[in-house]
Amino acid sequence: MTLFSVSRFVAVLMKEFIQMRRDRVTFAMMIGVPLMQLVLFGYAINTDPRHMPTLLEMADDGPVARAVVASMKTSDYFDFIGTVTSRAEGDRALRDGTASFVLVIPPNFHHDVVRGLRPSLLISADASDPAAAGAAVAALSGIVQTAIDQTLDGPLNFTAGAPPPFSVTVHRKFNPEGETAIYVVPGLLGIILSMTMIMITAVAIVRENERGTMEALIATPARPLEVMLGKILPYVMVAYVQTLIFLVAAGLLFSIPFVGSAWAFFAAFNLFVLLNLALGFLVSTLVRSQMQAMQISFFLILPSVLLSGFMFPFAGMPGWAQVLGNAIPATHFLRITRKIMLKGAGLADIRGDIGALMIIMAVVVLVALRRYRQTLD
Amino acid sequence: MIDKPAISVRGLTKIFDGRKVVDNFDMDVAPGTIHGFLGPNGSGKTTTIRMMCGLLTPDAGQGQCLGHDIRRDSQKIKQNVGYMTQRFSLYEDLTVRENLDFIARMFGMPDRRTVVAQALAHPGLGERADQLAGTLSGGWKQRLALAACTIHRPRLLLLDEPTAGVDPKARRDFWDEIRQLAARGVTALVSTHYMDEAVQCDMIAYIAFGRKLISGRAQDIPAQLGLYSWRVDGTGIDALESKLRQDERLAQVVRFGDVLHVSGTDENALDAVAEQNRKSGPQRWRRQAPTLEDAFIFLMERSSDHSAPHSESSR
Repeated sequence: MTLFSVSRFVAVLMKEFIQMRRDRVTFAMMIGVPLMQLVLFGYAINTDPRHMPTLLEMADDGPVARAVVASMKTSDYFDFIGTVTSRAEGDRALRDGTASFVLVIPPNFHHDVVRGLRPSLLISADASDPAAAGAAVAALSGIVQTAIDQTLDGPLNFTAGAPPPFSVTVHRKFNPEGETAIYVVPGLLGIILSMTMIMITAVAIVRENERGTMEALIATPARPLEVMLGKILPYVMVAYVQTLIFLVAAGLLFSIPFVGSAWAFFAAFNLFVLLNLALGFLVSTLVRSQMQAMQISFFLILPSVLLSGFMFPFAGMPGWAQVLGNAIPATHFLRITRKIMLKGAGLADIRGDIGALMIIMAVVVLVALRRYRQTLD
Repeated sequence: MIDKPAISVRGLTKIFDGRKVVDNFDMDVAPGTIHGFLGPNGSGKTTTIRMMCGLLTPDAGQGQCLGHDIRRDSQKIKQNVGYMTQRFSLYEDLTVRENLDFIARMFGMPDRRTVVAQALAHPGLGERADQLAGTLSGGWKQRLALAACTIHRPRLLLLDEPTAGVDPKARRDFWDEIRQLAARGVTALVSTHYMDEAVQCDMIAYIAFGRKLISGRAQDIPAQLGLYSWRVDGTGIDALESKLRQDERLAQVVRFGDVLHVSGTDENALDAVAEQNRKSGPQRWRRQAPTLEDAFIFLMERSSDHSAPHSESSR
């Protein structure tokens, strides 16, 4: 009797490696995923986002104003994407997410500077994502100082050294205190729904295949649509219950406001749930076991957390990562929930996101149906 | 019976990954009969059964099942066919009653309660009505599966190795039920590996490597093959077996426990071998009709494997 037989130990070891290699999905997950995610997230995530879309409401285009704008541009933090002529127009852009900042230069700004009245520039910031707005706002004082140093030479030299000739007022909209909970919680709903819906649907369908019960099911006169709807509807109800609990708890525990249109939310929510169920169904057609279904679902969740703007500012990601992020359903639903809950958006403000969700939905359903036909025979 | 056949298929072919799993398969099953379906593992029995009830679309060939086209009318076929899968395919996390109720609903049975109650009236099953199906023993799982696939009163039963891994008593009880159902006019197509079950069938078809090799009544099959047999028992059987295996005049020597079945296609040559060995050895030789098993072993040895063996249950 040996206490430890090396050959037996090696036998078990070899057997494990063979089994590991046979399970292609798991193997791909083990080798490919860490590398892919390292590259993906390492390059994509940036907590100091630059090139924030900014609108300009310019009621005065004197040299000082132009110097401030120029200085903001060269800082890389602000990308001026256009001009607006009224406060309402600027607010709408902030609400529907076209712009993250609106810079307002009041009338007679140059004049007032020269007269030493110390006028104020107004910057409205979309603070529903405090991290994204924060870095740019923090950079502002430096930017303004540069503008001052550059322009107030010569005739306006007398103001140098004295208190700055104008001030900057930052108006943080939607989350003035910069509370993390207000930023995180509405986005969390999309993540929770994605996670549970994709995984549960995929596993529920794969389980029938894995346990062989699908065979008995298709031997009955049941039509595929009856089976699919019957299987999926309970999980839609789960999503409703989850969301209801979530919204109530968000209000009670974190005092998250819900200022927008409930109908717009309801419409977007249903679309998002259907999309996730379709994704779960697609996953189920790609795998053979519940274990693999879990792995793929988990693999889909990570980008939803990291690239959707849930944890890190979307604007901070490089262009290719933003394209990738835009292909993730959670990205759009997250924007929708933040817009509706925090910014008081209505259906008109979320048109773009709804459209994006519909496009993703169409692609997923198309691919899933193709895959489903192949797996029947 | 002058009725239309319950199953009539011609030239059924199914190809998986470029391999002919079922090749040009013909079969007629008379209504109200028990039809045995035999063949080695991976010979295409399951695939053939699935094509007959419309679960798989054949790549070639056509046929009808209960008067419905197997390509176009799978919906109507399913309504009238009870298919019992090789592997237990009911829900292990539902109780016996819940499973039966579910299947009855899927077939849209009117008066579902009565139907389920009747199925549970079977001795033993009723006592387990509220037990989870997953906790049943193999024999009871198979009983439940039979109850489930007959709950919609099908006219045709397709039973795919229904008694695999079930104890002898349960197998007997199962076959008693099949015969009772057949007496009531239900047609049954049963695939099996057990010869004692095969001989109970009215008709037998033997399939290997996707092709039907022979079919007929159980007692006629050895004669169809032109096979003759001697039964040998007595002392020194091991040595005799090795010796006979070398004899080229014999088609096969098969051992059943302590008995040898020595068979050949040339009756005179076979008798000569018997005569010669009978004198030289202490064993008893007796001429007898070849058994079904002799016939099938003969068939299997003779048919060559044109393609790599393939697991039947993986499809």
